[in-house]
Amino acid sequence: MQVFCYKQDDINTDLLFPGKYTYTCSTGPEIREHLLEDLDPAFAESVESGDIIIAGENFGCGSSREQPSLGLRYVGVSAIIAKSFARIFYRSAINQGLLLVQSPEAVEAYNEGDEVEVDPAGGVIRIGGRAFDFPSLPPEMLSILADGGLLNHIRKEFSGGDGR
Amino acid sequence: MGETFAVKILGRAAGKKVREGEIIFVEPDYVLTHDNSSAIIGKFEATVPGSKVRYPERLAIVLDHVIPAATSKNAAGHSKIRKFVQEQDIRHFYDIGTGICHQVLPEMGLVKPGSIVVGSDSHTCTYGAFNCFATGIDRTEAAGIWITGKTWFKVPETINIDITGGFTAGVSAKDLILTIIGDIGAGGANYMAVEFNGPAVAGLRICDRMTIANMGIEMGAKIAVFPANSVTNRYLETVGIDSTAALWSDHDAEYTRSLEYDLADIVPVVSCPHQVDNVIPIRELPETGIDQVFIGTCTNGRVEDFQAALQILRGRTVHSDVRLLVGPASRQEYLKAMRMGLIQDFVEAGAVILPPGCGPCLGAHQGVLAPHEKCLSTANRNFKGRMGEKDAEIYLSSPETAAASAITGRITDPREVL
Repeated sequence: MQVFCYKQDDINTDLLFPGKYTYTCSTGPEIREHLLEDLDPAFAESVESGDIIIAGENFGCGSSREQPSLGLRYVGVSAIIAKSFARIFYRSAINQGLLLVQSPEAVEAYNEGDEVEVDPAGGVIRIGGRAFDFPSLPPEMLSILADGGLLNHIRKEFSGGDGR
Repeated sequence: MGETFAVKILGRAAGKKVREGEIIFVEPDYVLTHDNSSAIIGKFEATVPGSKVRYPERLAIVLDHVIPAATSKNAAGHSKIRKFVQEQDIRHFYDIGTGICHQVLPEMGLVKPGSIVVGSDSHTCTYGAFNCFATGIDRTEAAGIWITGKTWFKVPETINIDITGGFTAGVSAKDLILTIIGDIGAGGANYMAVEFNGPAVAGLRICDRMTIANMGIEMGAKIAVFPANSVTNRYLETVGIDSTAALWSDHDAEYTRSLEYDLADIVPVVSCPHQVDNVIPIRELPETGIDQVFIGTCTNGRVEDFQAALQILRGRTVHSDVRLLVGPASRQEYLKAMRMGLIQDFVEAGAVILPPGCGPCLGAHQGVLAPHEKCLSTANRNFKGRMGEKDAEIYLSSPETAAASAITGRITDPREVL
């Protein structure tokens, strides 16, 4: 597992996925090509399933485009740990089934090379031998996340016959 | 203790008394989507194949982001949307040339005071100008609302911004909102509602309120909202709706934070690359030459913005090193500008007129930048790469500053040329 650490604040949606591709790239493979292109050109090539991203305040601010959350989920990022997340990105990540962990302490504590482990059920992150609790999501959001995103959640409700 | 606008409107929608921090489910009055509808259609059809949209009359679809289509892929997206609109009997569909969604929805009478509108566009918060709870969502959530008709909200805390006084010459609503964002920061209102209160609100025109509410997201806000008053009512009469469902906060509402601005203290400012909250007064900016000026977008593409720019530009010509692009926010604004002679004035000054749409704002076409070029834009976002080139620089300003700078070829305080 690799950790990609971008500790700066306000990493915006254009850095995560440039706007000029918004209306021509919408599938996982199309998005992957340009994911984090203007932030870290090496990311798309080197990211692997299970990797973790660490970031500062207000991660994902800006546009409502969902290529950042969809793309990060598609390439298999297992969690993003940040000091805080921008609101639309936060919702979008839940909608894609992508785990977000808000923990300023954990971000501050991380040093390059530290092992990082996230236990979503227990609400604990372990970084270089230290443990940090993070607040659990409200039950409504947890059930969307557990179903693998909003549309899977809706599909499940529909097949259960109580969707409408 | 009284209640804020956000607590009241979400409580009414949820049919119960709600508290800040509570998660509630609501059925939005409208869900806006634009060129991204083609991707949303794909999600909708993959989730509930062969189904009808839950409430077709609550969908609003506007083609505005890449119009006319720049590539065959864009054209195929538009075509897929037109077909879906036919199949699903979607009444509120506005094809290319009608304008930018955030200008079109109010013009079509879809933005009612006291209503809830969501949109798969972050600048959906613009409708807060009309006392609407309006906020951005992603494409997946839009597809979800097409299917179920509902979504969830966490009842937000509220920041109150009291405004007093009046603008001095050469200063306008864009300078105010850029100043506020510079003070609060790009994430300073994250997850929160922002209310505008105070005696100066009554004097703000609809276009001013739209400019201000439009940029709420640039400080992270969920909504940025104004009370409905006589200015609102006069506008609503022209589009055939009323404000009987309007709501506003109680006088003793409890706010998380309160700020005060005297409009007389606001000066012309620019937002410097590559963050919107990187705001400084133009008089403190080192000499900055520019290659392109763009006057338009959902932030500042209305007739009043054009008039403000032309007060400076009329009878002068654009600097030989500068390309001036002008984009009306909608067909209606375009027609008004034509009847008033504003389009002719722009063209005579050397401007290129773009069709009513998003133009180069998101870097897909119609004026993308070359590496290392600098653009002064009246848009709402100056992120790295935003106008199609990561090594270009975008500055944001008022229409007055944009016009003054187009003449001099460098970012210029409009008061120098008034």
